[in-house]
Amino acid sequence: MKSALSIIISREYLERVKRKSFIISTILVPITMIALMAAPALFMLFSDGESKQVVVVDETGQVFSRLKGNDEIDFVASTAPLSELRDQEDNEVIINIGRDAIAHPNQEITIYTRGSIAMMTDAFISDQLSSAIEDIRLEAYQISNIRQILNEVEVDGSFSTIRIDKEEDTATSSAVSYFIALAMDMMLYMFILIYGQMVMTSIIEEKNNRVLEIVVSSVKPFQLMLGKIVGVGLVAITQILIWAVLVGACSAWVLPLFNASSVEEPELAGMLGQLTDYGFLASLFVYMILFFIGGYLFYSAIYAAIASACDNIQDASQLSTLATMPVIIGIIASMSIINNPGSTLAFWVSIIPFTSPMAMMSRLPFGVPFWEIALSLVLLYISFIFLIWLCGKIYRVGIFMYGKKPSLAEMIRWARYK
Amino acid sequence: MEDIIVQAEHICKSFTNHTALDDVSVSVPRGKVYGLLGPNGAGKTTLIRIINHITAPDSGIVYFNGHQLVEKDVYNIGYLPEERGLYKKMKVGEQALFFARLKGLSKADATRGLKEWFERMEISDWWDKKVEELSKGMAQKVQFIVTVLHKPELLIFDEPFSGFDPINAGILKREILKLRDEGSTIIFSTHNMGSVEELCDNITLINRSRNILSGEVRQIREQFADNKFELTYIGNPSELQAAVQPFVVNFEFGPIDRQGNSTAIVNISDVEARRHLLAAANQTVDFRGFREILPSMDDIFVSAVQSANQSNQTA
Repeated sequence: MKSALSIIISREYLERVKRKSFIISTILVPITMIALMAAPALFMLFSDGESKQVVVVDETGQVFSRLKGNDEIDFVASTAPLSELRDQEDNEVIINIGRDAIAHPNQEITIYTRGSIAMMTDAFISDQLSSAIEDIRLEAYQISNIRQILNEVEVDGSFSTIRIDKEEDTATSSAVSYFIALAMDMMLYMFILIYGQMVMTSIIEEKNNRVLEIVVSSVKPFQLMLGKIVGVGLVAITQILIWAVLVGACSAWVLPLFNASSVEEPELAGMLGQLTDYGFLASLFVYMILFFIGGYLFYSAIYAAIASACDNIQDASQLSTLATMPVIIGIIASMSIINNPGSTLAFWVSIIPFTSPMAMMSRLPFGVPFWEIALSLVLLYISFIFLIWLCGKIYRVGIFMYGKKPSLAEMIRWARYK
Repeated sequence: MEDIIVQAEHICKSFTNHTALDDVSVSVPRGKVYGLLGPNGAGKTTLIRIINHITAPDSGIVYFNGHQLVEKDVYNIGYLPEERGLYKKMKVGEQALFFARLKGLSKADATRGLKEWFERMEISDWWDKKVEELSKGMAQKVQFIVTVLHKPELLIFDEPFSGFDPINAGILKREILKLRDEGSTIIFSTHNMGSVEELCDNITLINRSRNILSGEVRQIREQFADNKFELTYIGNPSELQAAVQPFVVNFEFGPIDRQGNSTAIVNISDVEARRHLLAAANQTVDFRGFREILPSMDDIFVSAVQSANQSNQTA
C-alpha cells in the first residue's frame, strides 16, 4: 500500500505534466528564448550592405578624411550647398562642419536628421567627430610619435582579484559572481511567482469543484498541502530539466556559428579561473539549489495558506500581494547586497526566512561562512514545515467558510482551532 | 445488548456566529440504516463531519466500534459529502482509482473493484471519459462508487438523493439496502421524508442544533399515532355520523375510494370507545373496513419541529 502522500504527489504531478498547456509551454519557451538569442545575429546578417549614408559637408577640409564608417554608416562627402542637401528626401543624416570647427566644434558642427536618429548611430557619429578633431588638434602641436606615446601611456583597467580567505589563492571575478547571483535571483523570483501561484490556484480549484471534502475525508490536510507543493515543485523541476536539455542541445548546434567572431580577451582569465574552480562551483551549486528549493517551498506554503483561507481566485490574488511583497523586498535587498555582501544588512536579510533565499543567492557567489548558511537553511526549512502545518489548520476550518472573505485576524484564530 | 457502531455523546460545536450542535447524542446500531433528519441548517452536516473526523467537536466524544474515534478509522468509513465534486480534468476511471487508493486499496484491488461496480451501475463505457463531460447525476454515480468501493463498515451519505432523477434515485436506494444486507451500517442525512420511510430503521431528528427525536422508525410512528382510524362503508354518511358521534373525539368525511366505498376519518380516545364505535357503525351501514392511520414521517417531522420551536419560544 502506497502512502497517501505519494498518491497525492503523483496525481498532482501526472495531471499537470499530461496537460496540453504544459507540453506546449515546455516546447515554446526554449524556442522563443533561442529566437530571442538568435534575433540580433539574424538582424545583423540581413542588415548587411544596407548601410546608412551620412552626408558630410566639410568646410575645414580636414575632418572628413578622418571619419571612418562602419557596417551601418557610410560617410559621404558633398560640396553641394546645405539648403539643397536638406531638400533632398533621401539624405537622412547631414553633418555640416563649419570653417571654424577645429577651434569651436560645439558651435560650428551641426547634425541634421530626417526623423529621429538611433542612439547607437548618434553616439557613433559624435565619437568619430570628436576623435577626428582631437587628432587634428594633437597634430597641431607637432610632436613626433604622438600616436606611439599615447599607446604606451594607455592603461586598460582589468586586474585580477585573488581571494586570500581560501586555502589556495584563486582568481575570482566579481563580474561572474554578480551575474550568477542575479540570474539565480531572477529565476527564483519567476519560479516562486509561477509555481507558487499554481499551488494557490490548484487549492482554490479544489474548493470550487467541491472535491475537497471527499479528499479531506481520506487524508490529512497536512498531507494534501505537502503533496500539492511537492507535486507542483516536481513539475517545475521537470520543466526546467527539459528546457536545460533543449537549450543545451540547441546551443551546442548554434554556438559554433558565433565562435568564428569571438575574440580571445585577457579579461576572461579571471572569469575562467572562477568557472574552472570546480570545488567552489560544486558547493556553490549545491547551496544554491538548497536555497532555491527552500525558497520555493516556503513561499508556496504561504500561497497555500492564502488559498486555504479563500474560496475564490479574486480574494486570493488580493491576499497574494502579501506574499509577493517580501519576495520583491528580498530581490531589492539582494541588489544592494551584491554591492556589499559582507554588511550587517546582508547578514540579517539572509537569515530571516522571508528574504533569505533571495539574499543568500546574491551572497553565496562571494563566499559566506558555513554557520550562516546552515542557520539560514535550518530556519528556512523549519518555517516551511510550520507553515504547511498552519495552512493545514486554516484549510480544515476554511472548508466551512464558503462565500466569506476572511480577515487576517480570523485566519489567526482559525489556526488556533482544534 | 444492541451492537452500537457509532456513539456520539454530548457533542457541542459552535462557529463564530452560531451554534451548530448543542449537546447532541446519537447512537447508531450496527447493520442498520440510520436517518439523520432535520430542517436546513439544523447541524446535520456538522455532525456528519465530526463523525468523519474532518472537524473536531468543541466538547463531547465520538466512539467508533467501542473506542474513541481516531484518524485511521476513516479507512473504515465511506463518506459522500453533500458538497461533492470531482476533478474536472481527470478521466473518470483514473479519478476513481485515485480516491480508492487514498482509502488504502492497492492499485490492483481498486481496479478490479471499480470494474465490477462500473458494470453493476451500467457505466462501464465512462471509464475514459473526462469528468467535465458527465452530467451531474452521472458524476454522482461515480462518487457513490468511490464512496462504497473500499467496503467500509460505516457509510455516510449526506443528502444522497439530491440531484438524482427518480430512476437513478431508485437504483441508489436499492444499492443502499443491498449494502446494508451485506453488513454495512449506513447513516444518511436527508429532508426527503419519503426515502426515510422506505429505507431507515432508525432516525434522529435534529432541529436548531438539538436532538429532538431519536429512535426506531416503527416505534416513533406508533408513538406519534393519535388514534386515528379510517372507516370504509356503503350507506348513508349522515346516519353513520349520527350513530358514532357519541364515541368519537373528531369525525370527518373522507373521499370515496376506488371501489366506490364511502370513507370517514375518526379520532377516538381509547379502546373502549373503539368497541362501541364499531358496534354502532356495524348496525347503521354496510361496514367494509377499519384501519389505523399511522402518521407519515412528514407529519412527524413537521409536528416535532413545530412543538420543539414552540417550547423553545416559551422557554
